[in-house]
Parts: sequence; structure tokens; C-alpha cells
Amino acid sequence: MKGKFALGIAQIDPRLGDVEANLAIYEQTVREAVGRGVDLLVFPELSLTGYFLKDMVSTVALTAEAPALGRLRELSRDVALVAGLVEETPEYRFYNSAILFDAGEIRHVHRKVYPPTYGLFDELRYLARGSRVEAFDSRFGRAAMLLCEDMWHGSTAYIAAMDGALSLLVPSASPIQGLVRGDVPENAAYWQRLNAVTAESYGMFVIHANRVGFEDGIGFWGGSEVVGPSGEVLARAAYYEPDMIVAEISLAAARRKRIAAPMLRDENLDLTINELTRIRGRELAGVVRTLRRQTMAALAESPADERGASGRAKKASPRKRSRTSAAKTAVTNAKGTKQGKTRKPAAKARAARRR
Amino acid sequence: MIPDIPVATDPLRRVLVDFVANEVRKVGAERVVLGLSGGVDSGLAAFIAAEALGPQNVLGICMPYRTSSEESLSHAALVVEAIGIETMTVEITAQVDAYFAAFPDASQLRRGNKMARERMTILYDHSARWQALVLGTSNKTELLLGYGTLHGDMASALNPLGDLYKTQVWALAAAMGVPAPIVTKQPSADLWQGQTDEHELGFGYRDVDRLLYLMIDERYESAELEAAGFEKAFIDRVQSMVQGSQFKRRLPVIAKVSTRTIDRDFRYARDWGH
Repeated sequence: MKGKFALGIAQIDPRLGDVEANLAIYEQTVREAVGRGVDLLVFPELSLTGYFLKDMVSTVALTAEAPALGRLRELSRDVALVAGLVEETPEYRFYNSAILFDAGEIRHVHRKVYPPTYGLFDELRYLARGSRVEAFDSRFGRAAMLLCEDMWHGSTAYIAAMDGALSLLVPSASPIQGLVRGDVPENAAYWQRLNAVTAESYGMFVIHANRVGFEDGIGFWGGSEVVGPSGEVLARAAYYEPDMIVAEISLAAARRKRIAAPMLRDENLDLTINELTRIRGRELAGVVRTLRRQTMAALAESPADERGASGRAKKASPRKRSRTSAAKTAVTNAKGTKQGKTRKPAAKARAARRR
Repeated sequence: MIPDIPVATDPLRRVLVDFVANEVRKVGAERVVLGLSGGVDSGLAAFIAAEALGPQNVLGICMPYRTSSEESLSHAALVVEAIGIETMTVEITAQVDAYFAAFPDASQLRRGNKMARERMTILYDHSARWQALVLGTSNKTELLLGYGTLHGDMASALNPLGDLYKTQVWALAAAMGVPAPIVTKQPSADLWQGQTDEHELGFGYRDVDRLLYLMIDERYESAELEAAGFEKAFIDRVQSMVQGSQFKRRLPVIAKVSTRTIDRDFRYARDWGH
């Protein structure tokens, strides 16, 4: 493992729906990166395909056998690289994926776990949702990848940090939004705060690789950056135009930061898991309550004489009662774990929580 | 006092210039053509296009009708002089008058729309002659209010100003050096003598821009707009103008009968393959 390496970000302007043209940009960019001594080169999200693909998703998607993947493998013999593309699985699902290629092999695949579908974003209409955030070992130390919107969910960087990532690679396609005050769009200013706070919170490197160019009038603002474990910007690319930045990553900086501020060491994983389990229990209890309400309403609606006179109804009623009481038990259990609002004695609540 | 809406002129200039250069060149074109009215919208659009493509690749066409004001032409000339773009003048009086000779009772609205559409056909004809794209100059205020002619001044291939309110257009125009008389004068469609936008609309651009900014960009509900100090009648009027002109901002509705209908379940970016 290298304790020091040159991290490059390829802030490119890909052509929408043209994998061949974008491969040519990748190849040219890799040549430049090799010339600048880059060890690991990160390309933006969907930079092999373009971003607002809509119905083009299935046309530009790459299966495991796609020749384009072979070319990326070959390129990675010159420099390790993270590519952004649409991955097609054998079940014909399409994922917005970031893939780390190194020395001719695929080392890690991250499938976007939060494809945004609101405002100008429409990803879930066309793409499947990934289900894993995991760190992986590499020549460049332990790292994890997130894609754009993933990063806006605080839980993902937390998972990556707890899984041991020293570097967080975040390819993105962030559009210009809210260009009303200051020098950069409002969302760009937020990205910069987010990157700095995430890096410093977990004592890790955050590598945000954004793209530039326009698709249907929607511009991407660039401003890619490498942020060190104290939240300091080690390198930042130009806004609004293609650029390549190179920063030296020295993992010793993460070590020093984690010694000085050992929050990650003190992080209580059990606390988090227990509390999240409790919260999930509360949500499940809500479902049970709703089902119970519906059952009671259905019972109330059926005429009393039918319930009394019909043999079928009589037979059915014990089952209904037992379902209802089962629901009641579940609700009580969940309520017992709820601090402050419980009607149970505290000792009982603690017992319930231990379950 | 509700403050004017914010505008960041430097990055806006950068992004809008890049937008024109990018969207024109990636479809294989080098040039744009636009109508020069002498107003601030077409003046600013011309400045942006000249910076993006070079003045030799921008053609500003003046298309006066016999009642158009002298000032409109002289202000258009100020823009041409300031940035050195290509220009020509094409009168539309003959064709418009010939047409309305058959409909002498036509209202001013019909005449204004006809003129706007005559100008559109001229721009598209010269776009074909010059292998240029038609540059739109409608701003966000007039697009939202529906204060434009469908298939007339609203027709274009690309529009750098469509997400800027009128007051933002003024600020950016001043920052980019559009001559002051154009920026400071009363806006007018100049479809008939003495017409001004604000008189015709019944409210000022500064007021309606503040309202639209909160209503659209900041998603304020009616009650919140009232609480912010706007008259209910003003809010209702503007809301109904926005809603009533929705059709102008959409493609024609298509009756869906197949399994894959254009723009419903046949969805591609306009920049498909570019």
C-alpha cells in the first residue's frame, strides 16, 4: 500500500449519449494524467455516457462483456482510474455506477444508493437503486466511493468511515442551481461546506470529482476538489470549464488528524445500531397500528347480526381477536421502548429495550 | 419594503456566455441570428452572443413596422456600434398591411401578434440562409406572465435569458455595458405608438419580479405572499396570468394512442447525441 500517492481529478465535459466519443476523452485525459505523474485518476459521475440520459440509458449501458470495459481495463494499466457509467446486470437492471479499475482489473463497483428523483432529477425513473456502501482495500489505502446525491445523505459517509475508509471518492454531476448570490451557485457553496465538514468529521480525504459542460441548457459547475482530513482544500479545479487537478495524498495526514481528534475511535457503533433498531421498531409499530386500525374499522363496519348469526363469522372471530391481540402486544413492546412517553414503569421499559 | 431580487452578474455572465457557445457549437453551428428591437432584452442577448461567438458570428436584424418608433431603431444601432455585430434592416410594413387589408377590423392584439410572427419568419429564413441558430430573447418575467406571442417572439432555438427576471436582465445588461439609454428606458413591445409594458400589464416590473421570485423560485404559498406584504388582488392576478399562459410554455398536446408517445414515454434530451 502506498502511504503517499498523486490523486488526479479529470473534470471533463462529456458528450451526451456517445460512449465512443467519451472513451476518446478518457484516453486523452489518461495520457495527460500519466504525464503529470498521477497514480489514481477520478472521473465524474456518468462521464462515459453523459448525465441526462432518459431513454438512452439502455442504449449506453455496459454489460460485463462490453468492449468499452475492456478498453478501460487497458487504460488502467497506465493509471488506476474511477470511471462513471451505466452498468447493465444479467437481470437487465441498470445502475448508475462508479467503477475502480486498477492494473487491468475491476477492483470495486459502487452502485448509486440514492438516485435523486425530484426537481430536475429523474434518475429512479430509469435506473435501479444500489444497496451497498462499503469500503474496500486498494493500493491507495482503504477507500470508499459515493456518487453525487449519495453524499447528501449524511449516513453514507458515516458508513464509509466506520468501514475504515481513509479516502472518500465522490464522482458527481452537479448542475448549476441558484446562481443568485456570490461567485458560485448555492448548491456549489453547500458542496464545499459538506466536503470540508465530512473530511474533518471523519479525518479522511474527500475527493469530489464534478463535471462541466451543458446538457439541454443545464450547466454543470465543475469546481472539483480534494479536501484533506482537517477540512483543508488541497486542490480545487476551475469552475465551469474542463480542468485537471493533481494533489498529493499523504495518509499520514489522516493519521495525525485521528490522533489529535479521535472521534472516530470513540464512535460507538452499538449505540448507533441500537438506536437505529429502536427507530426502525417505532416505524414498524406504526405499520402495525395502522393495520390494527383498519381491522377494527372493518369489524365495526360488518353488521352485528351477521357476526352473531353466521357460523362462518363466529368461526372467524377468534382468529380476528388473536390477530388483534398480537398487534396489541407488538404495539406495547414498541411503546415500551419509547423514552418519555411510556406508560409502563421504567424497569419494564428497560427490560423491553434489552429485548 | 421588499428588497429587489438578488443577481450575481459576474458568474451569470460567465455561465450565459458559455451556454451560448456550448449549445450553438455542439450542434455544428457557429452563428446566431436575433431580432434587434432596441430594447434591453435583445440588447443583452446580442452582447452575450457576441462575447460567446465573436461579433462576426452574430446577426442582429431590425424589423420595423411603419409605426415603430425612431428611438427603437437608434437604440438598436447603439447596440450594433457597441459590439460590432453584423446587422440588417428588414421592413415588415408591406406584408403586414397587405394582410390586414383583407381584415381591416382586426384588433391591435391581432396586429401585434401578426407582426411578431412576421418577424419570426424573417429570423428563421435568415437562420437557414446563414446556417445560424435563432437566439431567443424572452425573459423569465414575460415567459411566466405569458406576455409574448406564441410562435412569434417566443420562438427560438436557444434562449440565454429565459431564467432571468426583467430586473435581473437590467442588472446584467448594465454590468455588461449595454448602453445606458437602453437599460434605463421604459420597456415597450413597440407594437403601437406610446405602448409601454408596465402600462399594459398594469404593474411595474420591480413589483412583479419580487412577487414572482418568491412565488416561483422560493415556493411561497398565497398566504405567505400576503404575509410578505403583497396585496391579495395582485397575487391573485399574477397567479392567474401564470396559470392561464401555461400552454404557451408547452409543446402542443398530443392525443396518446400508441404505447410510446412523443414526450410522454418517448423521452430523450434535446441534446441527444451532442
